[in-house]
Amino acid sequence: MAVNNRAKYEEKLAWLESLEAASPDEQRGRRLATRVWAGTWPVLLAIAIVLAIWQLIHLSGWKENIFPGPGATLSNLWGQLHTSLLWHAIGTTAERAVIGFGLAVLIGGVIGALVSRIRPLRAAVGSLITGLQTMPSIAWFPFAIILFGINTTAILFVIILGAAPSIANGLIAGVDYTPPLLLKAGTMMGLRRLSLWRYLILPASLPAFVAGLKQGWAFAWRSLMAGELLVIIANQPSLGVLLSTDQDQSDMESAIAIIIVILILGIIVDQLFGLADRGIRRRWGLTASS
Amino acid sequence: MSRVTVTDRRTVPPVEGVDGSVRLTGVSKVFGRGSSAVRALDKVSLEVAPGEFTCLIGASGCGKSTLLSLVAGLEQPTSGEVSTSGERVAFMFQEPALFPWLTAAGNVELALRARGVGKAERRQRTGELLETVHLNGFGAKRPHELSGGMRQRVALARALAQDADVLLMDEPFGALDAMTRDVLHDELDRICAARRLTVLFVTHNVREAVRLGDRVVVLSSRPGRVIAEFDVPIARPRRIDSAPVAELAARVTDRLREEMSRDGG
Repeated sequence: MAVNNRAKYEEKLAWLESLEAASPDEQRGRRLATRVWAGTWPVLLAIAIVLAIWQLIHLSGWKENIFPGPGATLSNLWGQLHTSLLWHAIGTTAERAVIGFGLAVLIGGVIGALVSRIRPLRAAVGSLITGLQTMPSIAWFPFAIILFGINTTAILFVIILGAAPSIANGLIAGVDYTPPLLLKAGTMMGLRRLSLWRYLILPASLPAFVAGLKQGWAFAWRSLMAGELLVIIANQPSLGVLLSTDQDQSDMESAIAIIIVILILGIIVDQLFGLADRGIRRRWGLTASS
Repeated sequence: MSRVTVTDRRTVPPVEGVDGSVRLTGVSKVFGRGSSAVRALDKVSLEVAPGEFTCLIGASGCGKSTLLSLVAGLEQPTSGEVSTSGERVAFMFQEPALFPWLTAAGNVELALRARGVGKAERRQRTGELLETVHLNGFGAKRPHELSGGMRQRVALARALAQDADVLLMDEPFGALDAMTRDVLHDELDRICAARRLTVLFVTHNVREAVRLGDRVVVLSSRPGRVIAEFDVPIARPRRIDSAPVAELAARVTDRLREEMSRDGG
């Protein structure tokens, strides 16, 4: 009996050891696959649900002469993906997004840095920034069009007005919430003024700054789409122009196809910010699992 | 109003190779104003000689940490005078206060960089300092990947990187388990002897104070006053569980109890 128990125990021990013996690479590969799958299946499920509801509405015959089913729309999208027009439009829109958001980061960053460090500025400009943030950016377009005319500058202007306040606020929040203990430690180390900024306050504000960037991007993307629908520039196809043309021609299949493109682009950039955010959290040890 | 005077190294003749000393003369610190004013320290006079390891002990709320902040120059006394001689004052906090965006080595290196040490020398000194606190091989780890004891070692290496003559320590081992604390006591002993540091060490652990200090200063609570001083004539190396340490710790504890019962607990 005792011998039997011992044999069982040894068998179990060998089994446990074999589990641990799996090479780290193998384990990491398995973990990565599990993680990717865990991230993918909800997305796939969501897409399937949307497609199913869409197909059901289509089958019900609601507005059937205007409202296309997923099949027709997706084949329209597939067709457009093989035209240079759509890619040209995506290029224009992406270029505006990059330039507009880039300028917003620059301007918002500088304003945020100044406001967070200079006390008198803070009282005056601080509340102004928060006020600007509540302003729906589309309301700026009449102002921008009168000021700059129907051109890209008007669109960039509104993107910057939409995104810069969030970015500035992110930086200000980051500076404000620099842990006092770290500031004490930095001061005792001999960090002063500029070096204190460069080596302590800026890195300490990074997570809040990235959160501000993410929010700023959301505003920039909305402002850009509004701008492209309002500021139609001849011979310069953009996603907004394509959408607007579809509206004029009551081309619902193409309109939904473009909406899908816009949605996907927005999600991709959002994911990039999410990735940056998670990267920082992991490096700083702020996540529960490492 | 008085302020912290940091005397330049060149104007003070070195005392047996040790520069750092701390002197508090009639120092009081009041927080707030009017009826809500709290007197944290009341006419505290204290002198720490160059190379001396002084432990400050007292119940919570006795203004121990305030006293260290005053010596560090992080706060100004309401009245009285605080002066330190020596080139620099380093501070070790109860928490490691490491920068989470830097590796262990990066944290130590930043302290060297703040003093303007060149790149090549920085790298070499960082390695040496990590070796001093027995953390060679852990330089590339980030603070959250280290244990509590290891983090405090990094904080110690960072404090040493400042080449300070005076080291202020605010319950640096308070959050560690007894075993880890014991090991760090030995290391602190060794490092202080090798570098001839002047240390002002705040703790509420009487045995720790007796284990480490050349002298133990007892503070009263609300407001903080110096009520007793004990010399620790026990030869080093010491053990926290040795009879002489326990015996002196008991005497210090008795004095503390007496004070606390007068205070109403």
